[in-house]
Amino acid sequence: MLLRAKKAHEIASSEITPQATVEAFHQMRRSRRDLLKGLGSVGAAAMLGGFATAAEAETALKVVSTNYKVSDRETTPAAKAKNYNNFYEFGTDKGDPARNAGKLKTRPWTVKVEGLVKKPQTIDIDTIMAYRPIEERVYRFRCVEAWSMVIPWDGYSLSEFIKAMEPLPSAKFVQFISDDDPKVMELPSGIEFPYSEGLRMDEAMHPLTLLTFGSYGQTLANQQGAPIRVIVPWKYGFKSAKSIVRIKFVDKMPSTTWNDMAPDEYGFYSNVNPSVDHPRWSQAHERLLNTNSILPKIVPTLPFNGYANEIGAMYAGMDLRKNF
Amino acid sequence: MWVKVAVHVLCLLPFLYLLEKYHNGSLALEADPVNFLTHFTGDWALWMLLACLAITPVRRLNASLNWLVRLRRMVGLYAFFYATLHLLIYVLLFSGYDMSAAIEGARAGRLLDPLRQLMTIWPSMLDDLEKRKFIQVGLLAYLILLALAVTSPQRVLRWMGGKNWQRLHRLIYLAGAAAVIHFWWLVKSGVRTPWKDTAVLVVLLAARLAYWAVKRWRKPAVV
Repeated sequence: MLLRAKKAHEIASSEITPQATVEAFHQMRRSRRDLLKGLGSVGAAAMLGGFATAAEAETALKVVSTNYKVSDRETTPAAKAKNYNNFYEFGTDKGDPARNAGKLKTRPWTVKVEGLVKKPQTIDIDTIMAYRPIEERVYRFRCVEAWSMVIPWDGYSLSEFIKAMEPLPSAKFVQFISDDDPKVMELPSGIEFPYSEGLRMDEAMHPLTLLTFGSYGQTLANQQGAPIRVIVPWKYGFKSAKSIVRIKFVDKMPSTTWNDMAPDEYGFYSNVNPSVDHPRWSQAHERLLNTNSILPKIVPTLPFNGYANEIGAMYAGMDLRKNF
Repeated sequence: MWVKVAVHVLCLLPFLYLLEKYHNGSLALEADPVNFLTHFTGDWALWMLLACLAITPVRRLNASLNWLVRLRRMVGLYAFFYATLHLLIYVLLFSGYDMSAAIEGARAGRLLDPLRQLMTIWPSMLDDLEKRKFIQVGLLAYLILLALAVTSPQRVLRWMGGKNWQRLHRLIYLAGAAAVIHFWWLVKSGVRTPWKDTAVLVVLLAARLAYWAVKRWRKPAVV
């Protein structure tokens, strides 16, 4: 039994994890590994908590609800959220991932934690999922292309995971590296893979930043970045890396895919900001995709995607026009 | 005659497909119907334009294909038709124009509401035009197609005189190039989706250059 799952917003980013948590985490990993060895991974995973047993199918997750709701906007129908994805590894059309991502095998799956951490290690996805109760949080999701959705994501605060990894004080940024398997992915030429994204340490430790395994109460569909991704609700969607295979703690701002390709269009921070236009379109409004109507619902874009209060002073003193 | 009917039907098929998609509700189930409509009409405008540009090189392959030229104007006008849909979708659905509010207002008897919406969105469309190269080049392509469509009737040709008319209608090469550039400038850097359309355009323009060069070489210029 692990520690009681706190409500994410109760945790200050400066809070230090008791050593017991870390011990428990490693203890759980060891016992789980032994069990898996003995029983064969599929059966064991099923026994241990009912997590996904098939590689592709989306299965129900046991979730606890939280206070993270979106009261002023209706939730996007699941079919829309799962058929309209920017996941260029599977093709550049937004319908491509739903068509092509079926080939991705999400079990077995491990995440390699490396860089400036006390104990670099490779962890099994089921272990990561079982580490904390999975919360259902409804977040606004704003794509840099000026459309948005409202999606219930299932996961727990990335900060919980990071604390258990014990990053060194020299770690200033976290880099997320996505899978790039040419056997199952299209990997269109012109874009450098693997996809890389990154967050400043305080952004990664912010309770809103969700280590995400599911949506709508089910495990993530492959095209949404199964089996593990992050969701950073106050930033444009591309900051939220999908199908993560490596998490690296680094001391310098890591290079990130879109920022490398077009630094004038995609800043490292990419906080949702209605007053900084994309060179090719205005960011003042967005098309809210949460109904089954052909007429667009156009709503004003909110600073920090409506999470300005939660973000607080994180960017105090920064010129957000320059650091867009 | 039946060929013309067949070509009309073929050129209208994408539009009929849209109507059917609207009618059976699958358009509304598209994750982002506006995005779908924008890309669909843009693609077909470009493809019709390329089809129109293909007629002359194909015709030159063999004298027995000469009849194809009679289809050229028609296919060109369909390019204009899909480009017009594309532009209308940009203005009425994409630019921020609140179509729901406009319809609601008109239904409630406020007949000027659709116009008011247009006035509201006008500054941001001008802003788009001023700031964004892909909008400028797209509008250029559209204005050329508009000019060619307006001058397409036989009567206008006679009025303008063949030479002038031909000079004006050579702008279709520029429209083709502008349309392809519009496509390149709107996709994200690193995305190479427009390469197929670009390749087709380059082949069609190169065929004209080759034809012209061969003609010059075979029949030296009169001194």
